Amino acid sequence: MPKKYQVSLGILLALLFVPKTVFAMHIMEGFLPAKWCISWGAICIPFIVVGFFSIKKKISVNPKVKMLIAMAGAFAFVLSALKIPSVTGSCSHPTGVGLGAILFGPTVMSVLGLIVLIFQALLLAHGGITTLGANTFSMAIVGPLVSYFLYKFLKKMKVSMSIAVFTSAMLGDLMTYITTSIELALAFPDQTGGFMASLMKFMGIFAVTQIPLAISEGILTVIIFNLLNNYNKEELIELKVISEEE
Amino acid sequence: MNTKNKSNLLKKNIILAILVVLISFVPLLYLKNAEFSGADTRAKEAIAEVAPNYKPWFSPILEPQSGEIETFLFALQAAIGSGGVCYYLGYIKGKSKKDEGKDE
Repeated sequence: MPKKYQVSLGILLALLFVPKTVFAMHIMEGFLPAKWCISWGAICIPFIVVGFFSIKKKISVNPKVKMLIAMAGAFAFVLSALKIPSVTGSCSHPTGVGLGAILFGPTVMSVLGLIVLIFQALLLAHGGITTLGANTFSMAIVGPLVSYFLYKFLKKMKVSMSIAVFTSAMLGDLMTYITTSIELALAFPDQTGGFMASLMKFMGIFAVTQIPLAISEGILTVIIFNLLNNYNKEELIELKVISEEE
Repeated sequence: MNTKNKSNLLKKNIILAILVVLISFVPLLYLKNAEFSGADTRAKEAIAEVAPNYKPWFSPILEPQSGEIETFLFALQAAIGSGGVCYYLGYIKGKSKKDEGKDE
C-alpha cells in the first residue's frame, strides 16, 4: 500500500474515534460555575497588572514601540476573528498572541489578549464576561508564557529564527486550548472517571481540532516576523528579540 | 538589503501564505458531510453529557440578533485588525525605503 494511502487511512481511522461533540473555542458565558470564574479571574489579576506596567515602561523607554505593540494587538484581533474549519468537521480560531509574546514578553500580551476577549464577549457573545477570567488565563497568560519561554529556549539552542518563531507560536496556540480543556475538566469532572476521564475527553477533541489551526498560526506568525525582520530589524534588536549578528 | 533578498522574502512569504490557505481548505474538501458549525452550540451538549444537571447561570448581555449580524461583527473585527497590521507593515516598509535613500 503506498504511503499516501497509509497516511490517509490512519487519519480516517483517527477521525472515526473523535467524538461528535466538538468544543474548541472560548468557554461560553455562564458555562463555568461561579467559584471557578472567580478563581481564574483572581489568578489573572497579577499578570494583567504586571503587563500594564510593562507596557507603560516599554513606551516610556522608547515611544516608537507603541506602534509595534498596537500591531501585535491588531494581529491577535484578526486571528481570533477567523474561525477556520478543521479536520474534525468543526471550526475553531487561532489566538494570535504568540507574536506579541515573542516581541514583548508574556505579560504585555495578557493585557492585549484581555482586550480582545472583552470585545468578543461584549459584542459577539463569544466567550463571556463571567468566563473572562478562565479565557484570559488560557489565551492571554498560558499561551504567551509558553510562546515566550519556548522562543527564548530555542534561540539559546541556536535553532533558526523561522523555526523558533513557528514552533513557539504553534505550541502557544495549542497550549491555550489544552488549558481550556483543563479548566473545563476541573469544573466538570466525569461522574464515573473523575477529572482525568473528563480531561481526556476534552483534550482528545482539542488536540485534533486545534492542531491544523495551530500550524496555521505558526506560519502566519513567521510571515509577519519575516517582514519585521526585513524592514525593521533595528527595533527587533532593541527589543532583544534577535541578536545583532543575525 | 539587495533586490534579490527582497524577492526571496516575497517568494517565501507567498509560499507560506498558500500553505495556510491549503491547511484551512483541505478539511472543507475532505469532509463533505461535516457540519462545520461553530463549536459553541455543540459544546453545550458536551457539558450536558458530563454534568446533566448544570444550568448556565448567566447569559450574554448583548447577543448578535442573527447570523448575518454575527458575521458582520466578526468581519469587522478581522477588518480592524488587518487594517492595523497592514498599516504598520506599510509604515515600516516605507520607512526602511526612506532610510535606504538617505544612505545613498
